[in-house]
Amino acid sequence: MSTMLSILARSSPRHLPPPTVILRSFSSSAATQQAVPTESKALNKEFKIYRWNPDEPQKSPELQSYTINLNDCGPMILDALIKIKNEVDPTLTFRRSCREGICGSCAMNIDGQNTLACLCRIDRSENKDTKIYPLPHMYVVKDLVPDLTLFYKQYKSIEPYLQNDNPPAHGEFLQSPEDRKKLDGLYECILCACCSTSCPSYWWNQDEYLGPATLMQAYRWIADSRDSYEAHRKEKLQNEMSLYRCHTIFNCARTCPKGLNPAAAIAQIKLHLAAD
Amino acid sequence: MNYTRALGLGSTLSRTTFSARTAVHCTPLVRYAILRRSVQTQSIKPDEASVILNTQRLARPSSPHFTIYQPQLTWIGSIANRITGAGLSLLLYGFSLAYLLAPSTFSSANVIEFAAGQPEWVKLAEKTILAAPFAFHSLNGLRHLAWDTGKFLTLKGAYRTGYAVLGASAITTVALVLL
Repeated sequence: MSTMLSILARSSPRHLPPPTVILRSFSSSAATQQAVPTESKALNKEFKIYRWNPDEPQKSPELQSYTINLNDCGPMILDALIKIKNEVDPTLTFRRSCREGICGSCAMNIDGQNTLACLCRIDRSENKDTKIYPLPHMYVVKDLVPDLTLFYKQYKSIEPYLQNDNPPAHGEFLQSPEDRKKLDGLYECILCACCSTSCPSYWWNQDEYLGPATLMQAYRWIADSRDSYEAHRKEKLQNEMSLYRCHTIFNCARTCPKGLNPAAAIAQIKLHLAAD
Repeated sequence: MNYTRALGLGSTLSRTTFSARTAVHCTPLVRYAILRRSVQTQSIKPDEASVILNTQRLARPSSPHFTIYQPQLTWIGSIANRITGAGLSLLLYGFSLAYLLAPSTFSSANVIEFAAGQPEWVKLAEKTILAAPFAFHSLNGLRHLAWDTGKFLTLKGAYRTGYAVLGASAITTVALVLL
């Protein structure tokens, strides 16, 4: 069978046998004999999505409505967005990568709360629309894509790497299980920016206030027993704006898609600084 | 077209029908290349690219924030704390300054007389308007003190203390109004 096909493939088109021959060789596949799947009733859901196009900057941002059949779509918001982009409107723009909550690309504001589109289930009630906005109070590059330049600069500013002038003579830095345990709940952060952009203090003061995501990472390095730059790290936060714009609002802990608690980490930094 | 459908090439070939005459003798790879040629890219130098980026940055809108964010006890409670604090401070400083400027008008005797002359429902309303912010702001202040000593720093803790403060504020307000 396969040899016959390869012979057919190699022969020039002019000497092709009539198409029916090829058709016969494949007709044993079950495709034509499969039962027709029963049509399930369409579950039409309306999505209202924030749109802004940098090529038409004079046009102000607006909500565009899309209705899709949820019975023909995956369970998550990201599935719906991809379906809309594939089948309805290819100009819809959003970031996505891993679709399993580890890359943090698809962070956006869904039904009023910041979360990852890939971890957020679609509300299946037909008569309620779902509104999707980019992360709040950020400059919009296009549609659901916010400009995170400043967010990454702030992260860089806290020197998020191990600093120690006296490394061990040979081998690795050693750490007791208790000291290692202090980093749990801190190191899991994927920097999706959900928490920072949910924080009202960050909305009003993001030019100077570092925001929950960056501050939790600052504490992650302060708390690390292997790092010897604790004093230097704390000194950088010892001013009115960088840290103390946190008013313990708890929006950050409420919204974190990874279930972390930046508010508690910031409170720990405050306690550390108060003890200085 | 029958055999193309069987081979699963239907959509690929139907898209290339305009070039079917030329494509039919080509390998699939070359056919694909012919298709791709219709897409054009433009090469831009780095400095030109940064000009485009900078003009875009100037035009970028800021995404909506408190108008679209879900009302939650966390931030609504915080903004209520801020507003009641500002209101109470305004009242304190306003009254103190007024007393400084016109001590006879704003003397205790005058204030008591003014308040006593009001109808009963106005008295109740005024007392509520004064008591509710005072109760909420004071009790929420205690909640903040607890946080600053490292207590209740979980999401559950924040919500439980939040509801506790709301409940206690309601009771305190009623108690103060009935005073």
